[in-house]
Amino acid sequence: MTAPLLDRVRGIVADILQVPLAEVGPDSSPESIATWDSVHHLNLVLALEQEFNLQFEPEEIDQIGNVGQIVTLVSKKVGAGA
Amino acid sequence: MNSQETRQQIDRLIAEGNSAAAAAALAELWTQEKSPSAAAFALPRYERLRPDLALRPYRVAILRSFTVEPMVPLLRAAAFIAGLDLSVYVSDFNAYPQEMLDASSALYRFQPDAAFLAVQTRDVAPDLWKEFADLESAQVRSTASRVTNDFRDWIAAFRKNSRAHLVIHNLEQPLFPANGLLDAQGNNGQRLALEQINHELRSIASEQTGVYILDYDSLIARHGRNTWHSEQKWLTARLPVAAANLNHVVDEWMRFLHPLTGKVAKCLVVDLDNTLWGGIIGEDGMDGIRLGPEYPGAAYQELQRALLDLHRRGVLLAICSKNNADDAREVLQHHSGMKLQPQHFTAMRINWEDKAANLREIARELNLGLDALAFLDDNPVERRQLRGALPEVAVVELPADPMLFARTVRECPLFERLTLSTEDQQRGAMYQAQQEREQQQKTLSREDFLRSLQQEVEIAPVVKATLARVAQLTNKTNQFNLTTHRWTEQQIADLCSADLGAASGWSSFSLRVRDRFGDNGLAGVAIIHREQDYCEIDTLLLSCRVIGRSVETAFLSFLANHAREGGASRLQGWFRPTTKNQPARDFYSGHGFVVEQQEGDATLWTLKLSQNAIPCPDWIRLRTLIGETTNGETK
Repeated sequence: MTAPLLDRVRGIVADILQVPLAEVGPDSSPESIATWDSVHHLNLVLALEQEFNLQFEPEEIDQIGNVGQIVTLVSKKVGAGA
Repeated sequence: MNSQETRQQIDRLIAEGNSAAAAAALAELWTQEKSPSAAAFALPRYERLRPDLALRPYRVAILRSFTVEPMVPLLRAAAFIAGLDLSVYVSDFNAYPQEMLDASSALYRFQPDAAFLAVQTRDVAPDLWKEFADLESAQVRSTASRVTNDFRDWIAAFRKNSRAHLVIHNLEQPLFPANGLLDAQGNNGQRLALEQINHELRSIASEQTGVYILDYDSLIARHGRNTWHSEQKWLTARLPVAAANLNHVVDEWMRFLHPLTGKVAKCLVVDLDNTLWGGIIGEDGMDGIRLGPEYPGAAYQELQRALLDLHRRGVLLAICSKNNADDAREVLQHHSGMKLQPQHFTAMRINWEDKAANLREIARELNLGLDALAFLDDNPVERRQLRGALPEVAVVELPADPMLFARTVRECPLFERLTLSTEDQQRGAMYQAQQEREQQQKTLSREDFLRSLQQEVEIAPVVKATLARVAQLTNKTNQFNLTTHRWTEQQIADLCSADLGAASGWSSFSLRVRDRFGDNGLAGVAIIHREQDYCEIDTLLLSCRVIGRSVETAFLSFLANHAREGGASRLQGWFRPTTKNQPARDFYSGHGFVVEQQEGDATLWTLKLSQNAIPCPDWIRLRTLIGETTNGETK
């Protein structure tokens, strides 16, 4: 079930950071995507929270370093079923 | 769900230059997702489509004590779908008192059309929020009166410095009052103190024009106080609202923007079978359909109650149903479970014709544009067909469960009103009189018909009592409207006030029409200003229900006399064409005006004012309630 989750996260990242979907992969990070600044980071977090109906802890928000880590974190928080 | 196919299709439509289809697909995407990511996707696309869409520019200021930035894209996306192109100004954190008090602040330089004062209890009344248990009752009272006085000062300053609408979030209640159960015992509770501030806020707002209360506490209660907040986000990002609730704040803001911008439905057209009652009358019969106080018929009664509330608010109701007319009428007239009665419906189309054709006819019969109609039908196929055939009509998305029908109608922002005039409340009866008039018209020649109406036109300066209705008309009249200049209540109030209006040469008039069938209420507005030797008509409009009855000639006759008596030698006015004001196109030429100037597609018309330049038709009795100029005598 990881692949569809990765695609959902990629879709949200592409929308929020306004980059083509094809340019977003597991390694995409604030270093590789210029629009990924702190304002967009909050918007991204809120979009993920709404989409997956969860809430990140402040520590988790700070630790997010790339798209792959978002996927890991989301799948951990929504449980093994996702 | 984040749908990639929809996104790709939208980009394809934009690339092909098919703006209308792209806009429809964006609206569809928004309805499906309503998320920060859908908003982030939609906004740059809307920017690109903007030149091809008839969007109304509107400026909104948000004065806030918390982070609203993530809500701004959601608001702008929702507004685009509603046909509004929003520019949004966000004040600095907690800078709202200075911004409202200082006439030269960035807020006023922004020149908003509307402002939201989005503040929280913990910011405006921190001691009542956090230290309540420490306060003596005298301190509670003095704090509460300090808070209401603050609001009063801010609101008064805003009203003085701006003509924009002001929408104020009221104070929210805590999840747990400081003193627990004790709070509800006796008269010293925290909740009571906050309730009293909110109560005061209502009075302060109602004393001013164009100031409204957004019941933020009820908004939170509606969605669940328990899950509304995110304490983590508040502490780390000054965002007190949990991600799942951002949309609810935005929806509530939109609920205000709809009536403020006139993006409302004037008539709701409803289906019958499985909408107003459960089952199919043609098959189930009078005893078989579900409609009554018990489950499952109660769901339909609840919907009928909701529709009745809309009717009392001035929303017209009409029926469009595929049925045998006799079967349906039998239910409407004789079923004991019916809350709605035949007289609540202004138009009925009960036949086997296509619904789109029926809605077109209803619009014509009621003299409304298609964009003034909303459509309520339980059948998703009918809804989809109608959306395809008549994209201007607002289709209410009913859920499958009838128990949710009433709630869906009450939730819909298209039926919201912020002021209620007598005209609104009596609209149904006025339309009935209209139908009798039309019956007359069919049997008589035009002049005989006009004579038979025995019309009495009454023209008066706009006063406080008529302000709300006048502003409402300038905002929603599209057909007989020469310039479609939209005015706020406050702007017109300024014109009426002796010091601002009279000195600047502006005057505003309202027109009422009565005839033998009844009172049409306040149905026309003119706003004029006097320059050196001429008088210019800035705004002239008539409600659609009195178009074509030569009332416009009576109005112009009055304006010409008024201008001449005031010493003007010419009367002039612009005609600015829109997609809808066709009915007003020949107005000036038909009354002897000549073209003075052309500017793009707008035309300036002018008329030399001689004695009795425009006679009032002799079948209209014209009464003017203007102190200075009664009978042409100046006092």
